Amino acid sequence: MHPQVQTYWYELDCGFKQVAEVFEECVFEALSIFNRAQMKAYLDAARVLGKLGRGPEPMLAFLEEWPSVVAAVKGDPLEPVMNFVRAMQKSPNGLAIAPFLQTLAAVARRLPSLDQLQGYIDIARDLMARTTGSIHGFQQTIPSPGLPEFFAQAPRLLDLLSLQGLRNWVEYGIRNHGSHPERQAEYFRLASPDSRAVMQGERHGTLFHDVERQLDLYLRALWNEPEVLAPYSTIYDAIRQPVPYYDKLGMRVPDVFDDAHGPLGTVRGIDRYRAVLAHMVGHRRWSAPQIADNWSPFQRMAVEFFEDARIDTLLMREFPGLGRIFLALHPKPVEGACDPETTSCLRHRLAMLSRACLDPAHSYRDAVLNEFVANFHARIDAGTAAMAELALAYVARTRRQSDQFARVHFDNTVVSYRDDNRQLWKFIEEGDEEEAFDEPRQLTRQEVDGLPPRHYPEWDYQTQTYRPDWVSLYEALHPSGSAAKIDRLLAKHDALAKRLKRLLDLLKPQDKVRIRYQEEGAELDLDIALRSLIDFRCGATPDPRINMSHKTSGRDIAVLLLLDLSESLNEKTPAGDQTILELSQEAVSLLAWAIERLGDPFAIAGFHSDTRHQVRYQHIKGFSERWSDDVKARLAAMEAGWSTRMGAAMRHAGHYLGARQADKKLLLILTDGRPSDIDSPDERHLVNDARQAVRELERQGIFSYCINLDCKADEYVADVFGKRHSVIDHVERLPQKLPELFMALTR
Amino acid sequence: MSDYRILREPFYQPQGGEIALYEAAYAARLPVMIKGPTGCGKSRFVEYMAWKLGKPLITVACNEDMTASDLVGRYLLDASGTRWLDGPLTTAARVGAICYLDEIVEARQDTTVVIHPLTDHRRVLPLDKKGELIEAHADFQLVISYNPGYQSLMKDLKQSTKQRFIGFDFDYPAAELEADIVAKETALEREATAKLVKIAHTARNLKGHGLDEGISTRLLVYAATLIKRGVAPVDACRMALVRPITDDADIRATLDHAIDTVFA
Repeated sequence: MHPQVQTYWYELDCGFKQVAEVFEECVFEALSIFNRAQMKAYLDAARVLGKLGRGPEPMLAFLEEWPSVVAAVKGDPLEPVMNFVRAMQKSPNGLAIAPFLQTLAAVARRLPSLDQLQGYIDIARDLMARTTGSIHGFQQTIPSPGLPEFFAQAPRLLDLLSLQGLRNWVEYGIRNHGSHPERQAEYFRLASPDSRAVMQGERHGTLFHDVERQLDLYLRALWNEPEVLAPYSTIYDAIRQPVPYYDKLGMRVPDVFDDAHGPLGTVRGIDRYRAVLAHMVGHRRWSAPQIADNWSPFQRMAVEFFEDARIDTLLMREFPGLGRIFLALHPKPVEGACDPETTSCLRHRLAMLSRACLDPAHSYRDAVLNEFVANFHARIDAGTAAMAELALAYVARTRRQSDQFARVHFDNTVVSYRDDNRQLWKFIEEGDEEEAFDEPRQLTRQEVDGLPPRHYPEWDYQTQTYRPDWVSLYEALHPSGSAAKIDRLLAKHDALAKRLKRLLDLLKPQDKVRIRYQEEGAELDLDIALRSLIDFRCGATPDPRINMSHKTSGRDIAVLLLLDLSESLNEKTPAGDQTILELSQEAVSLLAWAIERLGDPFAIAGFHSDTRHQVRYQHIKGFSERWSDDVKARLAAMEAGWSTRMGAAMRHAGHYLGARQADKKLLLILTDGRPSDIDSPDERHLVNDARQAVRELERQGIFSYCINLDCKADEYVADVFGKRHSVIDHVERLPQKLPELFMALTR
Repeated sequence: MSDYRILREPFYQPQGGEIALYEAAYAARLPVMIKGPTGCGKSRFVEYMAWKLGKPLITVACNEDMTASDLVGRYLLDASGTRWLDGPLTTAARVGAICYLDEIVEARQDTTVVIHPLTDHRRVLPLDKKGELIEAHADFQLVISYNPGYQSLMKDLKQSTKQRFIGFDFDYPAAELEADIVAKETALEREATAKLVKIAHTARNLKGHGLDEGISTRLLVYAATLIKRGVAPVDACRMALVRPITDDADIRATLDHAIDTVFA
């Protein structure tokens, strides 16, 4: 060891062998950055970390990372960092110190100011405080399961999220997974789907999800080439970023585009998407695949650059304004930036050429380049093959020995809006590797029983946000029983049915309605005309409204009845002999019979839930089905069980009702209790979610109405449905009340 | 009567042989139906033909509340009792004008039935309220127009009505021709009108995907007029081409982008 290093080593007062191995290197790096005082603080802090009793890792991480942290951050971050380390040491989270220090340098590079770094530490501190568990509520004894995972993921998260986004993401994790250690660790490891979904929602930039329809319209309107668009994720491949491409399954684009800031101005994310799509459409229109077997990779690269430039030029000819976007996105390589003695410059030359082809105001002086640009413009309409010829000529003319070098000049040569050109190449031979001769593997497709689940979000009233894809809803046809049972029930209510029938006849649409007292109308209304004439003759002011006209009026209303089939339906009514379920069956049968007579399109479905992972939605009658024995059989087999997760079922019902063509859409919900489920300890949560679902439906033009059999319903039903509810106190009267209510609603 | 004569020649750019075909139909006094999207020149064509044939033109814009008496006529009250007033169809049949029922499907089907006796070999119009049977004048001809595109399923002509007419199918002119038309109508230079047409085509591609109708030639003329008066082309297009046809934010953004790229 160097004597100076030796002094420092004594100062460090450390016995770890692992530290001794790297110490000299660390000191040299530190000396190049630190002044004397900083050096002392550095060693002091390292000594403290070595004496924590946590093994060599914290000290090692600190010694190695700290110089780059200080280099990245403006200001002195030592104080806040050491404070936080001390706080962790005091809590049961001592094991998280090493992960914290290990990623600190990577984090600091992404948060280059002291304030931001302090913000990051505050988030971590908050996470630590709220997820460190205690057994009896006095002493914190259980370390936070999420904290070390969080530190490990922090650099990647900060790549994609702003500090505020990170805070929201952490907040979501704490609140929804705070009480479940494994889930929590999974969430902060970015291993659970909701964790990724929430992160996706918080990302900066233009999300594909938000602009999908606009891009669809863009393809259709400007290019008249509708195509399936599929996003690929840009989260995972930090080193090899995927490039847009298209194949026969559709066009693949990244799931997010940040605004691009260049010397020629800012290009918005949506415009970057448009540029990508336009370029791919251009290839589809004007590019012909070339046989690639006999060309070297360099030649292929050159052909790609030339062809891409040709496509862009043709696109700009079609829509000149695209040029602004292309030029702002296209890199502007500086002539002579690449040294041909040491580096392979072919990419650089080609990028310059591509720039020169697009930008008439380029200032490249190279004679060969300018000659080829002129040739390029002359051949622009001659097709891909002619362009390839030109490209090969260019490679041959400008070839240098150094093109073969492994060090390639990449700066300013990547054109972000161009696709990977896989459609440009045709290979006659598959390849000479052994596996190329194997039969392509046949994937056997498994038959699935039942439909795959649909996922619905759930509203979290505490944060006023949706939990994405929170609920899995499985739909199925309700099993059948005996239709005769329903017929017997209907027979039992014969007298009631007769009374209903009279009401129904009154409700039935009458096609022609006469409107009298019209100033302008189809015909003279003689009675009134005579009266007016008499008034007129008598010198009084006559009533000018002497015409009448006819109006056709019809009902156009689609109804979906959603039945809560939760366990509580099995309870007996206060009077004793029937369960609520049986009464509901009677009531629903009568209602269905009545609506069938009215002729309104009508559907029935039941739902119950067993945690958010299993909401079952069962079709009993479809809109296009008649009130037939099949339907009656399904209704007869109705059974009650499990819980009431109302919001998801309502959203699904809204999905069906929304697809109907009708002036009015009515969702009737028959329930006997408040929305609840066993995985939701907070009573208000599902009530608020149901209220949000009602609002969503309202926005879709669906009117929801709740018929509640719970005599204590007043506490919550008005919160959910506002005035659109009735509470039926005498459950026994349900069979009579339900059809009456319906008629009153739709009169 | 002279109110209904067309004195100055309206500008009409033929797209095919429609003028000769119409003259042949008129010579035989066959009723004519013209179909086509809104603003493609249907009414202008009828006006032009009326001028060319030197006949008066009576136009009725149909609507849902229109009744048979609005076409045929009705009794009105006056100081001495009641008085009959001819409707536009009756007037046309009496004086020998071309009666043009614009957007006929907007009228209810029971209303349109009154034109039946006028449109076959009988060429008479019975006025049942008045107890009169009018023989149509020798010059009388009936023309109807409608837009098969955007109306609902409920609004269509009865087969019995449809089969009394010979039909012309109109559409927006081809790009070159449409640019010429807009240029001639507004005296805007041809290069700018070609760009307008290009924007119109982007919107017409979206028909059925959130747009009920594409941008019509009429709107292009409006936009060109604004540009001619010194409004910046991008603003004129937004105002005249995009804002009227849609409230959908996504479509609006797409069309705005098309305008930006075309008028770059």
